[in-house]
Amino acid sequence: MRRSRNWLAHTVLILGALLFALPIWLAFCAATLDPAAIDRGELSLIPRLDHLGSFWDVLVNGGPGVPPVWRMLVVSFGMALAIAIGKIVISVLSAFAVVFFRFPLRRTAFWTIFVTLMLPVEVRIIPTYAVMGDLHMIDTFPGLAVPLIASATATLLFRQTFAAIPDELVEAARMDGAGPLRFLKDILIPVSAANLAALFVILFVYGWNQYLWPLVVATSPSLDTIVIGIVKMIGIDTSTEWNKVMATAVIALIPPVVVVLSMQRWFVRGLTEGEK
Amino acid sequence: MERRTIFAGWKLPLLLVAPQLVLTIVFFYWPALVGGWESLTRTDAFGVHVVFVGLANFHDLFADPRYRAAILRTVEFCAAVTALSLGLGLILAVAADRELRGRDLYRVLMIWPYAVAPAVSAVLWILLLNPQIGFIGRFLTSHGVNWDYALNGNQAMLMVILASAWKQVSYNFIFVIAGLQSIPKAVIEAARMDGARGWFRFRTVVLPLLSPTLFFLVIVDLVYAAFDTFGTIWAMTQGGPAMATETLVVKVYNDGVVNLDLGSSSAQSVVLMVGVVALTALQFRFIGRRSGT
Amino acid sequence: MATLVIEKLRKSFGPIEVLHGIDLSLNSGEMLVIVGASGCGKSTLLRLVAGLEEPTSGRIVLDGRDITALDPSARDIAMVFQNYALYPHMSVFDNMAYGLRIRGLPKPEIQRRVHEAAALLGLEALLARKPRQLSGGQRQRVAMGRAIVREPKLFLFDEPLSNLDAKLRVSMRAEIRRLQRRLGVTSLYVTHDQVEAMTLGDRLLVLHLGVPVQLATPMEVFDRPANSYVAGFIGTPAMNLLDATLTAGGTAARLEGGMLLPFADGRREGVEGQKLTVGIRPEHVRLEPGGTPLTIDLVEPLGSETVLLGRLPDEAMLSVKVHGAWSGGERTEIAIPSASLHVFDAQSGLRLDPLR
Ligand SMILES: Nc1ncnc2c1ncn2[C@@H]1O[C@H](COP(=O)(O)OP(=O)(O)OP(=O)(O)O)[C@@H](O)[C@H]1O
Ligand SMILES: [Mg+2]
Repeated sequence: MRRSRNWLAHTVLILGALLFALPIWLAFCAATLDPAAIDRGELSLIPRLDHLGSFWDVLVNGGPGVPPVWRMLVVSFGMALAIAIGKIVISVLSAFAVVFFRFPLRRTAFWTIFVTLMLPVEVRIIPTYAVMGDLHMIDTFPGLAVPLIASATATLLFRQTFAAIPDELVEAARMDGAGPLRFLKDILIPVSAANLAALFVILFVYGWNQYLWPLVVATSPSLDTIVIGIVKMIGIDTSTEWNKVMATAVIALIPPVVVVLSMQRWFVRGLTEGEK
Repeated sequence: MERRTIFAGWKLPLLLVAPQLVLTIVFFYWPALVGGWESLTRTDAFGVHVVFVGLANFHDLFADPRYRAAILRTVEFCAAVTALSLGLGLILAVAADRELRGRDLYRVLMIWPYAVAPAVSAVLWILLLNPQIGFIGRFLTSHGVNWDYALNGNQAMLMVILASAWKQVSYNFIFVIAGLQSIPKAVIEAARMDGARGWFRFRTVVLPLLSPTLFFLVIVDLVYAAFDTFGTIWAMTQGGPAMATETLVVKVYNDGVVNLDLGSSSAQSVVLMVGVVALTALQFRFIGRRSGT
Repeated sequence: MATLVIEKLRKSFGPIEVLHGIDLSLNSGEMLVIVGASGCGKSTLLRLVAGLEEPTSGRIVLDGRDITALDPSARDIAMVFQNYALYPHMSVFDNMAYGLRIRGLPKPEIQRRVHEAAALLGLEALLARKPRQLSGGQRQRVAMGRAIVREPKLFLFDEPLSNLDAKLRVSMRAEIRRLQRRLGVTSLYVTHDQVEAMTLGDRLLVLHLGVPVQLATPMEVFDRPANSYVAGFIGTPAMNLLDATLTAGGTAARLEGGMLLPFADGRREGVEGQKLTVGIRPEHVRLEPGGTPLTIDLVEPLGSETVLLGRLPDEAMLSVKVHGAWSGGERTEIAIPSASLHVFDAQSGLRLDPLR
């Protein structure tokens, strides 16, 4: 009885794993095929390992209408890191202030930030674009990242983490002579390292995967992220070089997947503890 | 929760919240005001004068059958994506929660798609479903199915739903697994002692204890489907054919960026903001009730 | 070595005053234990001394210097917390060294102090471990070590043993006592455990609802409790407190049930018929054939002793501690020796001493 159920669970999980893995595998195989063969519909599940050149080709030369993939990778990395690190830094600082101090307008400040929770950039895209125009940030690198840095979610998360720090730990540090900034650096940040790491993963993936905002705010090809680049490459009417598209897609997947898997443990814990 | 121990002073904390506050005001409140103002104005035919028109933009918007259709379409799309991704995530999580050999490997295999960009998942699904080159698409066409999502609106909708849901299963999986693990072993054991078994035990004990997690996920999935899927839809169909896959966010982009109708798209943005705030408030009410505060 | 003087110390949280004026002075090297029921303000008093909380009014003077307005770090005071409050990400060594580093002590000096403290506490082998790799007792020692290396003028302990199991508590108690004696550092120790209070303190301060009710040596608190609250609080099982009235011209008390208890040590001030509370410790009640009948409801064997919980004829409860096991039946007869009586005024609760 129990054994038969395990068998069922294995089946379900293997099917699930295939469902996730198959499209990627197919993309990898397609990247190694001849574009003409793909157009004829001759997709296969066996990659041509002697044809890995398309990866190198897109990395160095790019594809139709897009800069070399390495350039887009640089932009993507820059944007994802700026968003992740920027969000973490300003959220840690603001949560630290809100939790460990009493100052005038503290509640006002907290609610001002809190109200913007879950107001994704997608819903405020048009007016934000207008504001970016006033700030002369359209088509600039800061324009890509800075508007996505403000974050109620991360602030809230750190507020929770910090609120769970026992009073006695703070008191011990004060008795030891640590002032606020010293406490932040020596105790609070090391103690919250797991949450920081988890949030870094979440935010890196968030930044890397942005599509609508870069599409709207940056038009110059030098600011193309890799995600933008891929969609550009599958222009609807032109004949698409599918092998290049797929090579780019596979390359685009690697950094966020590596980040998620290498920090899987922390990430899962931080994600599930934080959001609730 | 208020702490007992705090640091003295008020200048330092003000300095510490300042960056966050400034960014929030510049990139949330200012745009919200701009959007609110623009939603109440219209530019005249020559593009010179801005005229205050009150709620006329909203009136026109809701009077427009195409906007109402887009709302309905978005609701259907969101419901389908949520049901599919949550259902699948739940099934996989329940399977992976068992004491299986290779459990950790299975988990890794379920979690990694979290990292896939919505736009990239669109590209992957094109490779599966494109009628000429797609792995499944070709199979369908060669077996006499009239499969062409570039022409058939229902097929296009099905495709964006599949691609959008596929990417979100991981997220649901992660949370359901965590939810399952937070159910105390003793409760399950008590249910076993009471003779509750299999599906019955799952339905009467596990599912109710999991319901807060599931509710949370429904909200998150709805928000995901409503907003984050822009990349997926835009890459696959650009809202077509004939607006068959034009969700509200796609429509904002089309009207605002492509057709440059600022008044209407700002009004649409305001409607979306209100919608998100309502969803968030709902979630907080519920979570608040749960934790008894 | 330092003296501590606390003058008229008051503390309110919002509208609620939790400490109603504490006056206290500690001699150099003395260990004073503050004891009282949960919520009576013990921790608050300690935190005021530490500087973690600001007093509403009053003064704190350490070694002749008024420290009332100083930051905790400037007070030269070290504290051992109930939950240890060790830095979870630091090794045992770093936990102890952290405060010294902040104070800018030279490295060799830090090394010396930490190693000395570790030797004193038997922690040398554990210096590289993280707190989560330690047992409860070891963590407790590290918390003490962190206080010791500071070589402060004053130690504060806030129920440092309450998270340990009973056996460990007894051995750590002895160890704290030994260390404190050896280092000779003036100490304030808070506990709600009266055994701990009795065994550790040079003197006890009994706190009740934010008011100090008795400050004396442990034996004096036990032998001559200042009021009926202290009488009931100190000693296990708790002292029997019986309702009575003053009679026979102030030379005896009459219990509700009519039983007459003459005072052995002399006449008490008061009017005839004044309400009294008379106390008798369970171990002082004698079994006496032909005495007052006692109906036994419950027998609690403690091993070498047995506690009998019974009722007098007037239904007043009385517990009796007897040596060895109890083999008697459900009834017995007892006598209350007048030499062991404690007499309190029922209204004020204050002890009534014989007139001389
Ligand atoms: N920060 C605070 N704000 C408001 N009231 C407080 C605060 N800290 C303590 N109190 C109140 O002051 C009273 C005394 O608290 P305190 O912690 O000193 O008690 P305690 O004697 O140490 O008790 P325990 O034995 O439980 O530790 C309690 O009624 C408590 O609720
Ligand atoms: Mg306390």
